[in-house]
Amino acid sequence: MRESAGMKTFRIVTVTVLSVFVVVPLYVMITSAVKPLGDVQGQFTWWPSNFTLQPFVDIWKTVPLGSYFVNSLIVSTAASVLSVIVAIFASYAVSRWRFRGRGAFTTTILSTQMFPGVLFLLPLYLIFININQTFGIQLVGSRLGLVITYLTFTLPFSVWMLSGYFDNIPRELDEAAKVDGASAMVTLFRVVLPVARPGVIAVLVYSFMTAWGEVLFASVLTTESSRTLAVGLGEYSTEVNVYWNQIMAASLVVSVPIVVGFLLLQRNFVAGLSAGAVK
Amino acid sequence: MVLELFIHVAPMVVGIWMSFIKLTQLYIANWSAAPFLGFGNYSVALDFNAAQGSSLLRSFFTTCIFTIFVVGISWVLGMAAAVALQRSFWGRGFLRTLFLIPYAVPMYAGIIAWKFMFQQQTGAINFILSSLHLVGPDTKPFWLIGSNALVSVIVVAIWRMWPFAFLMLMAGLQSVSEDLYEASALDGARPFRQWRSITLPSLGQVNTVLLLVMFLWTFNDFNTPFILFGGNQPPAGDLISMHIYNASFVNLSFGFGSAMSVLLLLFLLIVTGIYLFITNRRSKDA
Amino acid sequence: MRLRNFAAVATVAVVLVATAACSSGGGTGGTAGGKTLTYWASNQGTSIANDKEVLAPVLADFKKKTGIDVKLEVVGWNNLQTRINTAVTSGVGPDVVNIGNTWAPYLSATGAFLPYDSANMTAIGGKDKFVPTALATGGEAGKTVTSVPLYGLAYGLYYNKKMFSEAGLTPPTTWEEMVSDAKKLTNASTGVYGMGLEAGSYTENVHFAFITAEQNGASLFNGTKPDFTSTGVVSGVKRYIDLMQTDKVVNPSNAQYTNGTEASADFAKGKVAMIVNQDNADALLTSNGMTSSAYGVVPIPSPTGGKNVSSGIQGINLSVFKNTKNKDAALQFVKYMTSASTQGILGKPYASIPVLKGVTPTFTDDAAIAKTFSDVYNNRSRPYPLVPLEGAFETNVGNALNGMFATIATKGTVSIADVKTAMQAAQDKTNAAG
Repeated sequence: MRESAGMKTFRIVTVTVLSVFVVVPLYVMITSAVKPLGDVQGQFTWWPSNFTLQPFVDIWKTVPLGSYFVNSLIVSTAASVLSVIVAIFASYAVSRWRFRGRGAFTTTILSTQMFPGVLFLLPLYLIFININQTFGIQLVGSRLGLVITYLTFTLPFSVWMLSGYFDNIPRELDEAAKVDGASAMVTLFRVVLPVARPGVIAVLVYSFMTAWGEVLFASVLTTESSRTLAVGLGEYSTEVNVYWNQIMAASLVVSVPIVVGFLLLQRNFVAGLSAGAVK
Repeated sequence: MVLELFIHVAPMVVGIWMSFIKLTQLYIANWSAAPFLGFGNYSVALDFNAAQGSSLLRSFFTTCIFTIFVVGISWVLGMAAAVALQRSFWGRGFLRTLFLIPYAVPMYAGIIAWKFMFQQQTGAINFILSSLHLVGPDTKPFWLIGSNALVSVIVVAIWRMWPFAFLMLMAGLQSVSEDLYEASALDGARPFRQWRSITLPSLGQVNTVLLLVMFLWTFNDFNTPFILFGGNQPPAGDLISMHIYNASFVNLSFGFGSAMSVLLLLFLLIVTGIYLFITNRRSKDA
Repeated sequence: MRLRNFAAVATVAVVLVATAACSSGGGTGGTAGGKTLTYWASNQGTSIANDKEVLAPVLADFKKKTGIDVKLEVVGWNNLQTRINTAVTSGVGPDVVNIGNTWAPYLSATGAFLPYDSANMTAIGGKDKFVPTALATGGEAGKTVTSVPLYGLAYGLYYNKKMFSEAGLTPPTTWEEMVSDAKKLTNASTGVYGMGLEAGSYTENVHFAFITAEQNGASLFNGTKPDFTSTGVVSGVKRYIDLMQTDKVVNPSNAQYTNGTEASADFAKGKVAMIVNQDNADALLTSNGMTSSAYGVVPIPSPTGGKNVSSGIQGINLSVFKNTKNKDAALQFVKYMTSASTQGILGKPYASIPVLKGVTPTFTDDAAIAKTFSDVYNNRSRPYPLVPLEGAFETNVGNALNGMFATIATKGTVSIADVKTAMQAAQDKTNAAG
């Protein structure tokens, strides 16, 4: 099929405008990361006049970036993988079975998205402390506490989004599998999930990024040993100085693995498309 | 699932209980001593003639404007990008990744980069504007204080939000069969008509969900103003979540903060209820 | 398979993954039992890593002497208050914490900290070792203190020696002189201004609302009730914001300076001739390329006929959480941290003024600067309001001033009536916090 001229113009304009919007801040980040602090604080220039890689060396000394990165990675991975697994089961159930309380369940899920996080913080902290005192499970200051917190953030939306995708998958697929003698589990994993792969990946990415970027809860619920990047990057702004160039350098360093991960996933995305074709 | 509900519901109940007591700094270390106020906190919040109520009302309207712009523009951008990248062409994979970068960069990093660009004297925004001769060297506008602060926080929030819309819409578009387009193209349908008659309806479910969650998140957005203004938020950028945070954690009126949160929750519940009612009816009509 | 079986399988799968996550999730030990103390220290040095380096030998020495292990966590300022507030609210926190001394009254009012009654005070070495005005910042007026001074800080007016001598000026001794000197040093066309202010930082602004009010002989609190609209307070605020508005000796762009470092960076680069800053500014100025010999410091001047006040009693105090399970160890630690030898060691890296009587300042090698700051700290400083509403006062008045500077910078005007209206709104909000 040939593309019309109007479509082509639209595509070029859209892509150009959005690229500029996305790239300019990134460009500023990159160039600021290779300038000495004095230049960064001075008048903005497109090109660094005194090129230096020193910020990339200094970032590890100013802030324990490495351990924050590991914390963020563990927390975000655990939270997103758990979230997706639970969401797959829950939304398959919501999508395929009409059980009593289905409506109430969906409404509860929705309402959780409306509660301002700020109000959640204090009660959650108190509950964590009570759990600690009753069961001896350390939640405040541990990564586990953060994982649970982020699960509560991401799960409702994941369930909701994924059941939307499942709803779009024709039930005939399930029926066909059933006729072939497949159990519900087998149907889910062999038949439905491959089709819903883009949706699953989208939910995974969403959960991961929510956990990756969250600031408020992480700032209260973590201690030095479990602190995540989102909070840790703030430590380049100290009592004595704001190390703009190091903030930018550190942001770049920690973004690279994530962007690479996106790159890998987006291949998967395309693969998901062909695999998803109904055979 | 039970645990999950517990972790959700329990804080909510505690939060609602907090809104009925005089939980100020004198009582936070000993809750049981805090006097019961009934709806006292609520009447303060809703008394729009007094300082507390009027600033809450202003913050609420600010947040409404913020939300309308952020959600609207993010959706348009996300949709435009998803449609533009729907068909395969050279460099599509690269662009797809590029567009997702704002979402992949840690939130703190992205927002702080914008803050850096919004500096009045040395920032890149004013540098670009003045090299385009849009502003004179002596009239460089302020972006982080005064009335422009709202524009700034909207731009930053869009920058962070639209890739998410793009991601979700792109995923939704994958389930639209190529055959439909082929068929309608044979009928001589122009791209815009194709978009309206094929793309938009097939995204119905995704759109309903997407718009609603974007609305809820944006309305409750805390990270963007918190990082951008660093606790010094100007009145023009006083979004409701920051407003509640300041009342609770800075002024230590947790009871009052909770009351405002509950009011916010009620508002969002009502809006969501109406929204779902309308969309459900429309999908039944269709 | 029925729904129930399905749910069972799903649950098992989730539990398995959750367990895996648990085992990978690291935890930090609590404060229970043993001779281990948890200590939250605020960020004082050039970075959090720097703080740990500075404190490590001190804590090691403490362990050698007492056998008590101190687990240190340095908390950045942007998180510190929220962390402390949540700890106070939940009753679970560190054993020992250091706080901005202006927070002492409100934190004291929460009842979360251990009062230094006579027995506890004796355990940390007696109250007589402290400078009395510094100790007075430790809690609410007229009540047993719940924090003791650790590091002392004071404001001073920093001036660029070269710019002053080139213009044939001597450092100002009155507010009027300061303004006229600043006018002579201002040349807006070259972007050089007489003064630099952190005009977008509410903590800095509120300190100057306090200092100018004290200079006018006005008090911000009437007993424990806020009183922000008296003539003395309002005209003090007006005098301060007029530095930008009518005197035009402050670059309007300073209204956007929020993090406490930008004005100093301008000063170091010769873009402004004077700044107001605390005695620990040297590290910041040096890191921006200014040598210590290039600047001088005088007390922030009062207007003619005003009271000789040029600083609040700034600093960091040390408190013990009441719920600590290691009270004795915690008190031993406080005693050690406020001992003359530790004060001597930490005085230099943290540029702190001694909070103990008869201890020689080590924060600077410049005798004139040491003398200026010791004089300001001991003779020209007043404690910030020692009332529970102090925290709310700081936020609300500070933000009101931020707003006024923003209005001025964006070409609006702020009249004396506008100041009064804004201060009234701040007062209402502060009252609501009680």
